[in-house]
Amino acid sequence: MARKRLDLTFPPRQATKAITYHLVKDFDLVPNILRAQIQPGQEGRMLLELTGGQAEFEAGVAFLRSEGVEVHEAASDICLDVERCVVCGLCTAVCRPGALTLAEGTADLVFDKDKCVYCEACVVACPRRAVMLRF
Amino acid sequence: MSKSWEEINARIASGEAAVMTAEEFGALASAEGVSEAARTVDVVTTGTFGPMCSTGAFLNFGHSDPPIKMGTITLNDVPASGGLAAVDTYLGATEPSTMHGIEYGGAHVIEDLLRGRAVRVKATGPGTDCYPRTEIDTYVTLDDLNQAYLFNPRNSYQNYAVAVNTGDRVLYTYLGTLLPRLGNATYCSAGALSPLLNDPTYRTIGVGTRCFVAGAPGYVAWEGTQHNPNQQRDEHGEPVSPAGTIAVIADLKQASPDYFSAATLAGYGVSAFVGIGIPIPVLDEDLAATLALTDADLTATVFDYGVQRRSRPALRQVTYAELRSGEIEIEGKRVPTGPISSLPVARRIASELKRWITEHRFTLAPPLQPLPQPGSQGFKPLEIRTEEAI
Ligand code: SF4
Ligand code: SF4
Repeated sequence: MARKRLDLTFPPRQATKAITYHLVKDFDLVPNILRAQIQPGQEGRMLLELTGGQAEFEAGVAFLRSEGVEVHEAASDICLDVERCVVCGLCTAVCRPGALTLAEGTADLVFDKDKCVYCEACVVACPRRAVMLRF
Repeated sequence: MSKSWEEINARIASGEAAVMTAEEFGALASAEGVSEAARTVDVVTTGTFGPMCSTGAFLNFGHSDPPIKMGTITLNDVPASGGLAAVDTYLGATEPSTMHGIEYGGAHVIEDLLRGRAVRVKATGPGTDCYPRTEIDTYVTLDDLNQAYLFNPRNSYQNYAVAVNTGDRVLYTYLGTLLPRLGNATYCSAGALSPLLNDPTYRTIGVGTRCFVAGAPGYVAWEGTQHNPNQQRDEHGEPVSPAGTIAVIADLKQASPDYFSAATLAGYGVSAFVGIGIPIPVLDEDLAATLALTDADLTATVFDYGVQRRSRPALRQVTYAELRSGEIEIEGKRVPTGPISSLPVARRIASELKRWITEHRFTLAPPLQPLPQPGSQGFKPLEIRTEEAI
């Protein structure tokens, strides 16, 4: 089983619903839309988490590409501006999945990207506006 | 064993003083005993860096030609007081801007000044024979100002509440975002490093105490607003909920943006993280005993902010060590905790203050006047009255 996060860019007028339907139906993948920005007639973006077998995953990605969807591994979608961060820890109080925690002892801020569900709670809570979610 | 202020200051002046941060002192005392720690250490430094809403700066702009008697004043669209002479003002940290609301406020203007940025000053005045100008629109930097000093009416709370929410909806408070049904707990104190928790009955901290204010050498100017020495205290004499406070003063021109950071608390308002550090002389073993307390000895009270009244129900007491573990238990539920006061920056302040004392021979000043002591005064509420009731 693999679980990967993909940053998808849809060409204008691409039917996103149909695509997630095919990923489930034809490739046996479990899609989880973490973030989406889709406006009619415009290029759309989606942060999609896919869970499934490795072979199915590769086939699913190939299918997405064949449909004209640009596929990148989501990597730099959450950014912490260390210049602005004062290491107060307030973001850790709202991060339910435990992606943001304070290190024992040093109390330094630790971000475990794998646990992040892109809920944006930290973005709103951070008093220094130091956390940004980006596509 | 006892030492006098004079002896300690003489050792600082000659470069022989033994100085430790409150954390280092706690570790030494637990290894060697309080008496030995009291004997070997002269000064203990403290530090705290949390949002302190009652913060602001007095500024003097100098006179334009022709001069103006400023009545309404904004700095980067943040209103400042027009009620002080012609070109004096007080800019409060929590004042929101007219353009960006709480995303940019008085604290952000002060941070911009500290970063050397030009700030737009707009003012209008009535136009008088001596101050004929009625409008001004210009830019100033911190260097351009005649005087710029922080005067913070309430900083460095001695202990603070732990906030939880038993209600059904998310609450946006000055203690951060409180998730419903005991979803989290937030707290705001430097614990063992907190200045006033290290000297719980204000023996060495009073009017005139030299201290670290936002990176500048400053003074305790007065008791802080809402100073309440009469809170319930534990067996160490430490208050278990918000108690003493101090008002501080310092030159903004010597302050640093490393120790003053503007803040926006979601759904609540503007605030400012202010770095405060106070050096405490180890005068005797009694004082050493409170200086030696660690996060495991200091407690705070958990209050339910789901009850939106002045008196919120107290749910239990927890130690700072428990809070820092990341989880506390309330009503049988494991509740994740998160701080608002920065421990890493508090540590940096205590170390920096230690450096001031050892390298720059920063001497200590005994209080010119003590802060109100336990038993002396309380903290009065504001009652809502009608004219007829007076
Ligand atoms: S809330 Fe913001 S400033 Fe505080 S630790 Fe998190 S990212 Fe840093
Ligand atoms: S976006 Fe949500 S899950 Fe991710 S770090 Fe922020 S609070 Fe945690």
